[in-house]
Amino acid sequence: MIIELLLAFCLIGAVVVFVLPDEYAPVGALTASLFPLVTSFVMWFGFDGSGNAFLEGGQLAYETMVQWISLGPYAINWHVGVDGISMPLVVLATVLTTLAILTAWTPIDERRSQFYGLMLLLEAGLLGVFVALDFFAWLVFWEVVLVPMYMLIGVWGGPRRKYAAVKFFVYTNLATLVMFLGFMALVFGLGDSVSTLDMPAITQAIRAGELGSLAGIAPGTIKSVAFVAMFAGFAVKVPIVPVHTWLPDAHVEAPTPASVMLAGALLKMGTYALLRFNFTMLPDVAADFAPFIALLAVVSVIYGAMLALAQQDLKRIVAYSSISSMGFVILGLVAYTEYGLGGATFQMLSHGLLSGLLFACVGVIYNTTHTRMVGDMSGLADRMPVTTGMFVAGSFGYMGLPFMAGFMGEYFIFQGSFAADFAGSMVFTAVAMFGIVIVAGYFLYAMQRTLFGEYRLETDYTVGRAAVHDIVPLAVLVVLVIVLGTAPNIFFDMITDAVGPMLGGGL
Amino acid sequence: MAPLPDWTAAAPAILLGLTAITLLIIDSISPRSKNRNLLAGTTLVGTLAALAAAVGLLVTGTGTNGGVSLYGGQIIVDGMSLFFTIIFTSVAALVTLASYDYLAGETEQAEYYALVMLATTGMAMMASAGSLALVFVSFELLSLPSYALVAFLKDNRGSVEASLKYLLIGALSSAILLYGISLIYGVTGGLLFETVAANIQNSGLTGMLGIGVLMVLGGFAFKTASVPFHFWAPEAYEGSPGPISAYLSSASKAAGFVVAFRVFTVAFGLDIVSSVDWVLAFQVLAVVTMTLGNFAAATQDNVKRMLAYSSVGQAGYVLIGLAALGGGQDALVLGMSMTHLLVYGFMNTGAFLFIALAEHWDIGRTFADYNGLGSQAPIACAAMSVFMLSLAGIPLGGGFLSKYFLFGAAVGAGFWWLAAIAIVNSVLSLYYYLRVVRAMWFEESNGDRTIEGYPLGLYTAVIAAAVVTVLLIPAFNLVADPAVDAAAALF
Repeated sequence: MIIELLLAFCLIGAVVVFVLPDEYAPVGALTASLFPLVTSFVMWFGFDGSGNAFLEGGQLAYETMVQWISLGPYAINWHVGVDGISMPLVVLATVLTTLAILTAWTPIDERRSQFYGLMLLLEAGLLGVFVALDFFAWLVFWEVVLVPMYMLIGVWGGPRRKYAAVKFFVYTNLATLVMFLGFMALVFGLGDSVSTLDMPAITQAIRAGELGSLAGIAPGTIKSVAFVAMFAGFAVKVPIVPVHTWLPDAHVEAPTPASVMLAGALLKMGTYALLRFNFTMLPDVAADFAPFIALLAVVSVIYGAMLALAQQDLKRIVAYSSISSMGFVILGLVAYTEYGLGGATFQMLSHGLLSGLLFACVGVIYNTTHTRMVGDMSGLADRMPVTTGMFVAGSFGYMGLPFMAGFMGEYFIFQGSFAADFAGSMVFTAVAMFGIVIVAGYFLYAMQRTLFGEYRLETDYTVGRAAVHDIVPLAVLVVLVIVLGTAPNIFFDMITDAVGPMLGGGL
Repeated sequence: MAPLPDWTAAAPAILLGLTAITLLIIDSISPRSKNRNLLAGTTLVGTLAALAAAVGLLVTGTGTNGGVSLYGGQIIVDGMSLFFTIIFTSVAALVTLASYDYLAGETEQAEYYALVMLATTGMAMMASAGSLALVFVSFELLSLPSYALVAFLKDNRGSVEASLKYLLIGALSSAILLYGISLIYGVTGGLLFETVAANIQNSGLTGMLGIGVLMVLGGFAFKTASVPFHFWAPEAYEGSPGPISAYLSSASKAAGFVVAFRVFTVAFGLDIVSSVDWVLAFQVLAVVTMTLGNFAAATQDNVKRMLAYSSVGQAGYVLIGLAALGGGQDALVLGMSMTHLLVYGFMNTGAFLFIALAEHWDIGRTFADYNGLGSQAPIACAAMSVFMLSLAGIPLGGGFLSKYFLFGAAVGAGFWWLAAIAIVNSVLSLYYYLRVVRAMWFEESNGDRTIEGYPLGLYTAVIAAAVVTVLLIPAFNLVADPAVDAAAALF
């Protein structure tokens, strides 16, 4: 019941905030977002699940399973629940939403009630993606997420917002179609052995080898085709090079709070779906394709970092660095060891917090200086000491400073992928590790140019300290990053517990 | 409790007819009344009473066991007729609410509402028709008031021109339908669907029968605005008053479909008419209709015309219900078609009523005229966005579910190519539906537009349609289940 409550809080909050007068919208949205936040913490502290939601032998937490639609041969259930993989992501989504709403207080000054209503609708869609266990319900939430993000970019974005919004929508919607066809091939291949779209049931049936041939095509071929289609579909969302081109446009044009949500939570939908669909349902195909996927992951890490190195716009730097970080997640997934899969999930959390932190920092800087170009400013540390501190903390977190979340995530992934048994795993890991050096390069460069040195600003704005409500989300994120870095077990235990059953079959 | 007499099964149509008569009486007592509350109120009460009666009859199981047969089989009240009566009365109620504001200041309001009620009565009778004779009579009872309603804005050239075109094409297609009926009568010697079905095998006149069936099909293609009888639709929808466009494109279209469903499954059922392959005809119609409707919609600059062509495209999806028959999932396919019509009834009516709202504000008809409307009327624009996205098949409304299951049923019946064409069309349709969303929210306002007032009736209607569209996601089974049951009873 508590999951329905969680979703209902977001949806009701969205409607209420949408019709509030503009002047009450910021506070109203913050208040509304506290309900799902508290609910998710209650869920976390009371979490008693074990095992993997998609596989046998565990116990789902907060499970609901009721019939939703029943038509002839088709039955659709409302099936939700969380396990050790989805629980941390639910908490991440609620925390980020509340903080992103705070970051919107300063920059969003028109049509505020609509803005905050869409943020809460976005939260509902995100949470739904992480808790849904029936494919149909999952697909509904997956698509719902597109709409508020499209509107957030298109209405409140920068100069090229319309182009970026449409590109985002078209890219991800086409990707969904490809993914959908791939998944449906599996469902039809299973034939009568599974009568619902229940994802755990489908996963278990596929892993039990019940996939039959379809229209004369052998089960093995269906699996490979479905894997490729789903991988391609989700790769756009992650994004993996070479289907990443929507991301810089969307990020640069999006308003700060939308960037925080996009990098912090939306990209995780892609890696989460890859983990759940490709790597849980079809581990044997993943094993066959492992070197190719690892290659894509490493290319994403290095190429994303090189692109970031070449940027002059702070926001673009952070945006491209996300591609790099998500490459690490893919590397962890394809490693398919306890540390690899667990580290990938942990990296989703740590990157969610760190990228949220950096986008929020860039937002605060932009609010005061009205520029994001590295060359336009220097020496901000004197005028904005607190923001500078947060930015430095976030950058070092990104670079993998010990006792911060980024270090733990990357450490787990490398430990996992180094020990992986696909061809060349050590080489791929070693090359990917080199990506961290480049990360350090561009962050140090950007910090040194903008934050330190002589104060100089090539605009007419006077730079002062940021408001308290601008600093609070940064501070909270820094604290969370350190907490997660020093005590990773608050989540890593439940993650490894959920990852364990996956290793039973396949690789 | 003693069982109700049989005639109560016709209560929805009777209530609608009585409302029409009441309105005419009011008009004769106080001619040219501008008392909006009285006239719209009477209409709304009558419509909602008919809606409640239809829901009540459906819930209490009147439609089961072959339904209730009145007047020697002329009228059949079963699950399908009640299901469609619910669509007609829901749309009529929304249209009445919207007309409350739209007609403010007009002098012929009583006639307007009476005509709407008469047309709705005709629809309810079409849904219950058990013979070709009643089909034709109720077809005309729907058509004649429609012509007048399209021309309601007498001083508006567009309105009159649209009505004339609609009348001419309507008269032609009525004639075609009537001639088709006469041919079928000649072949089978009966007008009752059952008689037609019973005698159709024994007749050797395959050619005459085939021409008759095709002509009847043509008559329905006119009412449902399917290709090749669709070209009146954009003109008529664009020229008529906003609420009437909503009414014609949603309810009138559904009325065409219900007769087509019943005639082609009961009278010319696939198991009895082996000589005429009408399924093939519907497949061609479905593909051509959805594709042509979509491509025409994509090229429009006028939002109302875009919606008119989009409703042609949507008719193409509904035609799958007849085009995918014979694949072993007949009840499901037809039931999903019916469900899509119901969902469409709300989202399409809502969209046209939003246009009516825009006409009420007098802000122009092109996409560019809608620029920046989102900041001036956010709630109405949010509702319109729900309609557009739901029509496009994004799960912000029930349109996603009804399309998903309609296409899924077609795949299950073995017509995967039909579903594939429909999916491609549906994805392409996103382009022009999103244009409206973009214009309302992304573009800057042209500056000099002022919006006077937020009319209560129009707002209520638009918001009610949006709420129902959204609620149809969780409550989908509540409408899909009766639809499949009703469809199953026909086979």
